[in-house]
Amino acid sequence: MLKLIQMTVNDKPVELAVDERESLLDTLRNRLGLTSVKRGCEVGECGACTVLVEGEAIDSCIYLTVWAEGKHILTVEGLRGPNGELSPIQQAFIEEAAVQCGFCTPGLIMTAVEIVGTGKKYSREELRKLISGHLCRCTGYQNILNAMERIVNETYRVVGK
Amino acid sequence: MYDIEKIHLAKSVPDAIAALVKDPSAVVICGGSDVLVKIREGKLAGCSLVSIHGIRELEGVSLEPDGTIVIGPATTFSHVTNDPLVEAHLPALGDAVDQAGGPQLRNIGTIGGNVCNGVTSADSASTLLTLNAELELTGPDGVRRVKLENFYRGPGKVDLAHGELLTAIRIAKADYDGFGGHYIKYAQRNAMDIATLGCAVHVKLTADRSAVEELRLAFGVAAPTPIRCHKAEELARGREIGPDLFQTVAEAAAGEVNPRTSWRASKEFRLQLVRELSRRALKQAIIHAGGAVEC
Amino acid sequence: MGIGKSITRVDAYEKVTGGAKYTDDLRPANCLVAKVVRSTIANGLVKSFDLSEAEKVPGVVKIVTCFDSPQIQYPTPGHPWSVEPAHQDVADRMLLNRRVRIYGDDIAAVVAEDEVAASRAARLIRVEYEEYPAVTTVEQALAPGAPVIHEERPDNLLAHSRFTIGEGDFDEIVKADPSLRVFEGEYDTQAVQHCHIEVPVSYAYMEKGRVVVVSSTQIPHIVRRVCGQALGIPWGKIRVIKPYIGGGFGNKQEVLYEPLNAFLTMQVGGRPVKIELSREETFSCTRTRHAIKFKLKTAVRPDGRLVARKFEAWSNQGGYASHGHAIVANASNAYRHLYQDEKVLDADAYTVYTNLPSGGAMRGYGIPQVDFAMEAHMDDIARGLGLDPVELREKNCMKPGYVDPGTGITCYSSGLLACIEKGKAHIHWDEKRAAYRGQTGPVRRGVGMALFSYKTGVYPISLETASARLILNQDGSAQLQMGATEIGQGADTVFTQMAAETTGIRLEDIHIVTVQDTDVAPFDTGAYASRQTYVSGMAVKKTAEKFKARILDYAAYLKKRPADTMDLRDSAVVDAHTGEKLVELADLAMEAFYSLDRSVHITAEETYHCKDNTFSFGCCFAEVEVDIPLGKVKVLDIINVHDSGVLINPQLAEAQVHGGMSMGLGYALGEQLRFDDRGRPLNGNLLDYKLPTARDTPELNVGFVETIDPSGPYGNKSLGEPPAIPPAPAIRNAVLDATGVAVDSLPLNPQKLVEQFTAAGLIQ
Repeated sequence: MLKLIQMTVNDKPVELAVDERESLLDTLRNRLGLTSVKRGCEVGECGACTVLVEGEAIDSCIYLTVWAEGKHILTVEGLRGPNGELSPIQQAFIEEAAVQCGFCTPGLIMTAVEIVGTGKKYSREELRKLISGHLCRCTGYQNILNAMERIVNETYRVVGK
Repeated sequence: MYDIEKIHLAKSVPDAIAALVKDPSAVVICGGSDVLVKIREGKLAGCSLVSIHGIRELEGVSLEPDGTIVIGPATTFSHVTNDPLVEAHLPALGDAVDQAGGPQLRNIGTIGGNVCNGVTSADSASTLLTLNAELELTGPDGVRRVKLENFYRGPGKVDLAHGELLTAIRIAKADYDGFGGHYIKYAQRNAMDIATLGCAVHVKLTADRSAVEELRLAFGVAAPTPIRCHKAEELARGREIGPDLFQTVAEAAAGEVNPRTSWRASKEFRLQLVRELSRRALKQAIIHAGGAVEC
Repeated sequence: MGIGKSITRVDAYEKVTGGAKYTDDLRPANCLVAKVVRSTIANGLVKSFDLSEAEKVPGVVKIVTCFDSPQIQYPTPGHPWSVEPAHQDVADRMLLNRRVRIYGDDIAAVVAEDEVAASRAARLIRVEYEEYPAVTTVEQALAPGAPVIHEERPDNLLAHSRFTIGEGDFDEIVKADPSLRVFEGEYDTQAVQHCHIEVPVSYAYMEKGRVVVVSSTQIPHIVRRVCGQALGIPWGKIRVIKPYIGGGFGNKQEVLYEPLNAFLTMQVGGRPVKIELSREETFSCTRTRHAIKFKLKTAVRPDGRLVARKFEAWSNQGGYASHGHAIVANASNAYRHLYQDEKVLDADAYTVYTNLPSGGAMRGYGIPQVDFAMEAHMDDIARGLGLDPVELREKNCMKPGYVDPGTGITCYSSGLLACIEKGKAHIHWDEKRAAYRGQTGPVRRGVGMALFSYKTGVYPISLETASARLILNQDGSAQLQMGATEIGQGADTVFTQMAAETTGIRLEDIHIVTVQDTDVAPFDTGAYASRQTYVSGMAVKKTAEKFKARILDYAAYLKKRPADTMDLRDSAVVDAHTGEKLVELADLAMEAFYSLDRSVHITAEETYHCKDNTFSFGCCFAEVEVDIPLGKVKVLDIINVHDSGVLINPQLAEAQVHGGMSMGLGYALGEQLRFDDRGRPLNGNLLDYKLPTARDTPELNVGFVETIDPSGPYGNKSLGEPPAIPPAPAIRNAVLDATGVAVDSLPLNPQKLVEQFTAAGLIQ
């Protein structure tokens, strides 16, 4: 059955009719065209579909869209600046060669947004734990951690908590 | 897209209970990490859902005047871990639920769901057992309370009637005050894994901190449901901290548990883990209780 | 101007912004969804279907079964086709199979308006089988009276190959020289899965009487050929498009469901139909890395010189041939490459059908398996002789100038000994070997190492051919079109660097076309065998040379001077001698397009037919801490050092090594596909299959020794697969060093270690 829902996606209010059976992953990809949100396992094990709901990283494959009523959703498509400039996190992923096939990348970037958003400093071990909900087969996580570490440190220098 | 027949989005506990009473086949969904996976597998395909997701009265941690800590069952794992009351009084529980799945799962998975699905590998269960947690169950006929230890009825089976909801997890002051706790999740991976064995300890030491006053030891995946090891606990009472204590507890625990051989792990392997982890978890819990352990 | 620079990936921006479109991102809105109906037995025959309930499900458009699909047997591996029937791949499966050979075999397909309807209908289909006993092990399959899995191979033996290098009989050599020491060992490797994060997915539709298949594949041109073969239609009637792809690692060097997808769209009047596998289907119904069992016997002089060896290997193929015997044949070849014997090597390799998921290509193509066996065996020999494992290897390993007697592949360059030195220094080999001697207690440390060699591409076993195309734009930039595919490894970036290097056009003015569309992309067999920088790279070089020559020809017309007095540098035509700028390439291009006097559209396309090969090398050194009572191995330090010739892009090369090491670590310590005795998968999901997370992965250290290989287009050799090869044996050998327990099977998972430590008396 279709249900009308309102939410804010990438800072834009949206109102749309969704099937009650839809996961947030389905809605973001199929109705809103936000295809950075990737499907890798559909059971919350790979992390490719990670988005932020109210600032918290969740696997959108195991989250019903009807639960998102009134909530703020953020995907990679919402990260660029007003003139299309990359966010520092995206820039760090590029420069540290943290991207290979790119399929896990948007999800990891969203987890990075959550981490950086705390303004806290994290050790490399803590960062390993914080990204452990993402599986990546290309990078061995090495350059992803390098990018994370760099951006966390840069942020901490500016807004340190 | 999930194969769901229909979903009722409950606004409150009474609303949810009424919806459940109306539909005898409806399944309760909260965080979704368990139920949605089962729907996708086909086990619950075509089911009707009553969603208690987002019901505020079921979320959060609070302190009652007598020191009882009340955890809302819809509190996500990450909110349990980061809650100031949990950090101050139940650090071992916060640490235990911080080992479930991965970070994104801990942002949606709830402690109540972890208890109600009744699985022996639940990361919160053994620690809650060592805290003598009591469950508040609300149904069409009112509220009842049941000890967590009595809640488990078999693999995946719990003492929860259709129409009843878990509405609070209660831990009395006497069950945490003065205790040191520790949980070891043994799994093949250090994240995103299901426990091969989970071992939880809460221990209270004698005033001079040289001996055990009270031990509580519980395991996940060492039996069809999470279990306490009361015999080992009794044997530890009053015993000096030292090799004899650790050996006694380890051997007694191994005698009390009842792990099975599955493709995930053999009974023998799990028994080895029971012995080794009870030693290690007890040592760490003693340290958290202010005691000293020579390693 | 392009080679050796760590430029950022040409596709990184798209991949961090969501701009990169993968197959499912492009699916048309009205696309139908197909679900494959799978057998619930591993061995048997489909006798009948009852579709009555399934057909009633609202939204079902069409159900096709193995009784009404083409009865054409076809091959699936991503090999170059051979025009000689004797060298063609084994064709042993159909689009849908009545004769079921694996649990989850494809027996029917439902096409529906959405995935819920398709899944519901698939669940409601009733199937009647005639069931035969399932055969899951090589021993069962070869036993007398075993159920026959393919009637063409009544003994279940897909293939047996053998070779002898050198002369003499092993037993007689041993008998004749009592000073020789003989070592024997059996080593076992497990089936594992690629675990690309994007599952196999394709959609297909019809246009102008042709079938268009958009697929996540490493091998678009081969997919086109196999679709044609499987459907029995002319190959030109098929068009395959490969968008961005979320990893492949060899599983997408296989034609998986594209032919069925093509067939299904034809069954619904050309409407678009999608097949996207679930993760569980990906584990159980695509391909795996073969489990191979090795029996090794070695006669060696007390000083460590290898005299004679015997090699036997049994590869568990699973239900369908796929890449089949090529894998274990590659393994046995590698066994003779890395070390050579004074007298003789005898090798026997068998590939055996069973009722498990089919083995196929996976990063390393048989070499991760044989390297585990070979390098574990070498450590066992070193231990038996009381020699340093490094010294034993250095004494026997391949040196420059080696020519493989079987294939003629020549070792043109080797930095192997220098790699070993780097690895030793990083891990502090000598100090730690000494320090860790005679440890006691529950937690112990050790260091271990392993070498490997790996050839580059598939010549002379198979054809190596590649084409590239360059097209000049009005602004002096150029499109580079490849048939070779970017699958995450960075191919598009290094091809761009190569084109810039050879043409003299600025890097930012080379626009590589990421998408391969077989209607317009040049021919190339695709991403596998670590071949693309070597083979397709040479195609880029040849094309770039021709392109530049054509530009300079036009410059000769413009400037009225001989072409050979000019050069193209930094996107300008210059005087070759003085470097003086004569004309900007952009100005030349405008002239070439729109000149009323002489309009020329400057393009170039060249084919490189590669008739050469070379070896790359490397090693892994690892330090571990073993928690004996818990059976846990913690990798404290690990380094891979590679000789892959000249590095085109050092930063991307290092990243490639990280990923391979991580895959090697998973292979060593946890990954294993498990099945029950009826062939049913037990752990085909990402929770139960222990792919390493970030918390299971140590810091990954990488070293390179750059040699200049004369056969590579820019001195480069293979790099894609090799990093995954040596970590598993290095870790096994480190555990041996720490505990004295030689674990002869993979993975070294906790339960196995606890069992072996208990047997060795380390756990009371």
